[in-house]
Amino acid sequence: MTKILEVNDLHISFHTFSGEVQAIRGVNFDLNKGETLAIVGESGSGKSVTSKAIMRLLPESNSDIKNGEILFEGKDLTKLSDKNMQKVRGKDISMIFQDPMTSLNPTMTVGKQIIEPIVKHQKLSKAAAKKRAIEILELVGIANPEERFKQYPHQFSGGMRQRVVIAIALACNPKVLIADEPTTALDVTIQAQILELMKDLQKKIDTSIIFITHDLGVVANVADRVAVMYGGKIVEIGTVDEVFYNPQHPYTWGLISSMPTLDTEDEELYAIPGTPPNLLHPPKGDAFAPRNEYAMKIDLEEQPPMFKVSDTHYAATWLLHPDAPKVEPPPAVQRRQRQFLDIKEGK
Amino acid sequence: MAKYLTQRFVYMVITLFLIASLTFFLMKIIPGTPFSNASKLSEAQLSIMIDKYGLDEPVPVQYANYLLNLLKGDLGVSFQFNNVGVTDIIVNSMGPSATLGALAILFGTFFGIILGVISALKQNTWVDYSSTFIAVLGKSIPSFVFAGLLQYYVGVKLGWFPVAFWRGPEYMVLPTIALAMFPLATASRFVRTEMIEVMESDYITLAKAKGASWFEIAFKHALRNALIPVVTVLGPLVVSLMTGSLVIEKIFGIPGIGEQFVKSITINDYPVIMGTTLLFAALFVVVILIVDLLYGVIDPRIRLAGGKK
Repeated sequence: MTKILEVNDLHISFHTFSGEVQAIRGVNFDLNKGETLAIVGESGSGKSVTSKAIMRLLPESNSDIKNGEILFEGKDLTKLSDKNMQKVRGKDISMIFQDPMTSLNPTMTVGKQIIEPIVKHQKLSKAAAKKRAIEILELVGIANPEERFKQYPHQFSGGMRQRVVIAIALACNPKVLIADEPTTALDVTIQAQILELMKDLQKKIDTSIIFITHDLGVVANVADRVAVMYGGKIVEIGTVDEVFYNPQHPYTWGLISSMPTLDTEDEELYAIPGTPPNLLHPPKGDAFAPRNEYAMKIDLEEQPPMFKVSDTHYAATWLLHPDAPKVEPPPAVQRRQRQFLDIKEGK
Repeated sequence: MAKYLTQRFVYMVITLFLIASLTFFLMKIIPGTPFSNASKLSEAQLSIMIDKYGLDEPVPVQYANYLLNLLKGDLGVSFQFNNVGVTDIIVNSMGPSATLGALAILFGTFFGIILGVISALKQNTWVDYSSTFIAVLGKSIPSFVFAGLLQYYVGVKLGWFPVAFWRGPEYMVLPTIALAMFPLATASRFVRTEMIEVMESDYITLAKAKGASWFEIAFKHALRNALIPVVTVLGPLVVSLMTGSLVIEKIFGIPGIGEQFVKSITINDYPVIMGTTLLFAALFVVVILIVDLLYGVIDPRIRLAGGKK
C-alpha cells in the first residue's frame, strides 16, 4: 500500500492570554491510498486541530506549528508558501465541515460555490465547469440538479446542504478528503444516508478519507483504521477490528465500555470519571493517568511510548511494557476480546 | 413583487400626506407672519398682503386649499421673492446639493468600504490602527473644519482646486472630500466590524478550504455578507447629504437647498418650508424603499416572497 499522507511528530500550540496551550503534543500517523482512517476522541482531544493543520486552516495569528512535518506525496505541507498551499487545498486535499447549515455562503448560489474550485483548479471554462458541477450534484444524490444549481443554500434542507458541501469537496476529485464530523449536526436517518453516500463516492473516485468523529458507531460503519486521540496525542491506532475488539489502552477501554451494544443488558453504562487534562499545563506523565483506574506509578511520571501490538496495531500505555503487571480489562472489553478471537479465526 | 411595490407606494403616499399635514399645522403654531419683519409696510399694506395670500382665512380653509393645490402639483409661490414658484426654487437649488451629496456618498462609501475591508483583514496591525484613526477623525471632526483645512492647504497653498463656488467639475472636488469624511468613517467602521465577524464564519473557512485566494475570499465571499448593516446606516445618510449641508454650502459658496431651507424658516416663508419639507420627506421614503429592495439584492434570504414561496 502506498502512503499518501504522513504526519510525523506534529506539535501545535495556541497562544492565549493565559499562556501557551499545547493542543497537539506529538502526533504520528499515516494514511494509505484509498483507505478511511477515523480519528476519534472527546472534545478538545485535538482531532479537529490535527485536520485543520493538514489543510493549514488554523488561525495564523495565534496558532503555531512548533515541530513536525505533514508529508503529502512526499512534500511537506507545513513548509509550502501560501500560494502553493492554495493550489493543494480543494484540489488534492479537500474538507467537509461539521455544520452544513453554516458552511455554505448564504449570498451565493449553490452552483457558483461548486463551480469555484473547478474553475480555479481545473482551468475549465464556465460552461464546462457548470456541466461538471451538475454532474457532481447528481452524483451526490440531488434531484433536479439543473434547477438546484441556481438556488441559494437557504432553499436546501440540512442533509441536502451537506450533500452540496460534499459535492464541493469532491468537485476536483481530491486525493485526500478530510471529513470533520460530517454527520454530527444531522439527524440519524440523514446521517446514515450521508455515510452511505461517502462510502459510495470513495469507491467511485478512489480517494483516501480522514474521518473525524466522536461517534464510535459511525467509526465502525465507515473506517478501515482507527486512531484514538486523547490530550493532544494518539493513544491507540489500529484496524477497526483491532481497536474495537482488542483494545489495549485503558482510555479506549473506557470509550468501548461506555458505548451501548446489542449485548448490553441491564448493567449500568460506564462513564469515564474525571475531566480531560488542561493542555495549558499538560501533565508530565500519561495524560490519561489521573482518570485511569489502572494507572501505575510510572504513568504519572513518564509518558508511555507507542508499544507494538501487531504490525498494524499500536498503543501508548505502560500496561503493554513487558514488566507491567497483568490487568483484567473491564467486562465489556473482555467480551469483545473473546469475539476478536472468533473474528481472527473467521479470517 | 408588483403587489409589494403597490402596497409600499400606498404607504408612501399616506406617509407623505401625514407629514404634509403635520408640518402645515406646526408651521401655523409659529408666531408671526411672513411679513412681520417687513417694518416698512403700513398696517393697510400688511392687511392687503395677508389678504392676497389668503392668510386671513380660517386655518382649516387654508389647509384645504393647500392640499388641493398640492394635489395639482402646485407648491405655491414664495413670499421672499416676488412671484417665484416654490417648485422653481427647489429645482434650481436642488441640483448642486444633490450632485454634491451624491458625490460625497459615492466617494465616502467606496473608500470607506475598502478601508473597512483592509483593516478587518489586517486586524490589529498598524494598517488597522491607522484606518481606525482616520475613522475617528472623520466621525468626530465637523465637516467645516475639513472644509477650512482643504480650502487653505489644497486650495490656496497648493492651488490644485478652486477654493469656492460651483462652476464646473473641478469646483466639486474640495466640498466633496469635506462632506465625504463622515460617510467614509461610518462605512469603514461598520464594514470592519461586520467583516471581522463574517471572516470567522464557517463558509469562509470552507472557501479557504476550496483554495480561494485572500482577494476572492474578501471580495467574493465576505464583503457581500458584511454589507447589510452598512446599507442600513447609509440609507438615511444619503438623504441628509443629498438634501444639502448648510455649512458646506455656505463655506464653499454653493447655491444649494440647505441654505434655502434654513432661510425660509427664519422668515416664515410658508410655501418654501412646506415644499422643502415635503421634498425631504419624499426622498426619505424613497430611499427607505430602495434600502429595503437592496437588502434583497444583497441577501437572497431577505428576498421578498413574490409568487414563489
